[in-house]
Amino acid sequence: MTAPRQDGPAPVVVTGLGVMAPNGRNVEDYWASTLAGKSGIDRITRFDPAGYPVQLAGELRSFDAAEYVPSRLLMETSMMSHLALAAADMALADAEVVPAQLPEYELGVVTANATGGVEFGQRELQNLWSKGPDHVGAYMSIAWFFAATTGQLSIRHRFRGHCGVVVAEQSGGLDAIGQGRRVLRQDHRLVLVGGTESAMSPAGVVAQLPTGKLSPRTDPTRAYLPFDADANGYVPGEGGAILVLEDRDSALARGAARQYGEIAGYAATFDPRPGSGRPPTLRKAAELALADAGVPAGEIDVVFADAYGIAELDRQEAEAITAIFGPYGVPVTAPKTMTGRLYAGAGGLDVITALLAARDGVIPPTINVTETAPGCELDLVRERPRPCEVRTALVLGRGHGGFNSAMVVRGAHQQAKEGGDN
Amino acid sequence: MSEFTEHDLRRLIRISVGVDDSVDLDSDILDVPFTELGYDSLAVLEVAGRIEKEFPVSIPDDDVADLETPRKTIDYVNSKLASTA
Repeated sequence: MTAPRQDGPAPVVVTGLGVMAPNGRNVEDYWASTLAGKSGIDRITRFDPAGYPVQLAGELRSFDAAEYVPSRLLMETSMMSHLALAAADMALADAEVVPAQLPEYELGVVTANATGGVEFGQRELQNLWSKGPDHVGAYMSIAWFFAATTGQLSIRHRFRGHCGVVVAEQSGGLDAIGQGRRVLRQDHRLVLVGGTESAMSPAGVVAQLPTGKLSPRTDPTRAYLPFDADANGYVPGEGGAILVLEDRDSALARGAARQYGEIAGYAATFDPRPGSGRPPTLRKAAELALADAGVPAGEIDVVFADAYGIAELDRQEAEAITAIFGPYGVPVTAPKTMTGRLYAGAGGLDVITALLAARDGVIPPTINVTETAPGCELDLVRERPRPCEVRTALVLGRGHGGFNSAMVVRGAHQQAKEGGDN
Repeated sequence: MSEFTEHDLRRLIRISVGVDDSVDLDSDILDVPFTELGYDSLAVLEVAGRIEKEFPVSIPDDDVADLETPRKTIDYVNSKLASTA
């Protein structure tokens, strides 16, 4: 019953989803909120933001990590890892995978991370400063750093194959999925990919201030307005997603419960140095991802934008999209207007959102945007979801410092038509 | 504060490194290696740090590797307490 293999390697399919988002703590809650235009952005509660120039965030309100993470693991990990551990449990359950039944050295983990376990690190540094070095916990050595989540997922689920972390700010989530696909094509059966972030401590927010890209506003409906004439920065958010990736042959061999779709194409580029006179390379990344997927631009049904929320960067993204699809040539959306900027958590969550859009035939909205900025000639899906057959989606990610990534995602229905079975 | 007891160790383990779901810390664990209880060397280091904060002992990092079981830990701490008394 396996699909007829063409020249290339077996398609890489998504067989399990796990979500931890400010507007939903599992896949279906997140998706229902997203379609309903329900935002998770509100005044910061994790600490008193009164003295800071940033008042709003997409927080996972009243999240109790102990509901999801055993106490032993809770003590040695930071919030970003708590979110990943929870999302990974959901994704593995969704995929109905029993890792112990698979060869452990053919199971991998690739996550992305941008902000580290900063709230954990801040707590320990406060102990160092106020009480002395004897009061810095031993887990300071492992909990904060970028690879902590990948390591803990590997240990917890005995995934002993390729493990790695990608650090590329908000393009990293797509890069982790791209890297997972590469690993599967080499010699693995199943890879956990994605990323989660939580920078919800004063140090985590203050560290972003020098970029000047955070919105100073206090009205949650007017703070994060990508592609809007009134764009004034982004709102920080926490959360992200973990996905189960398998090559299709392995998924079929173990009798995978479901396939959400295929990671059909991926590419990443890096911008020229500022002042070089050469153009940014987001467009190039998108074109390379389309070429990698063998999909002409005309077959893309929706673009999930990176959506910085800063006039110049929005215009650059709009120009990249317009250069490929023409003015108003393809529906564009940014559901992250309901979560805030999730950094390395964004790519995985956007890919999941694209797969759900394909499953249900509906494009989720970009909320709060009222007037598209001059130069942004985009068919932005605003206010309400748009019913629409979604066969293939393009997901874009950009990371602070010049990173660009693009991913082409094909929904399961389309995959079934092309592959002949599913 | 004359003695470091089994009860003290259990209490400090719970608050500093937590307990694996599969482990009953209240059972007879005195001679069970920490590794079998789900505690790696970093966890034992963390517990040692917690002991140092409550009891007047110093536990050099080099000695932590020898604290392989709860009993060895209790005996080690009590011998230190006795020598400084």
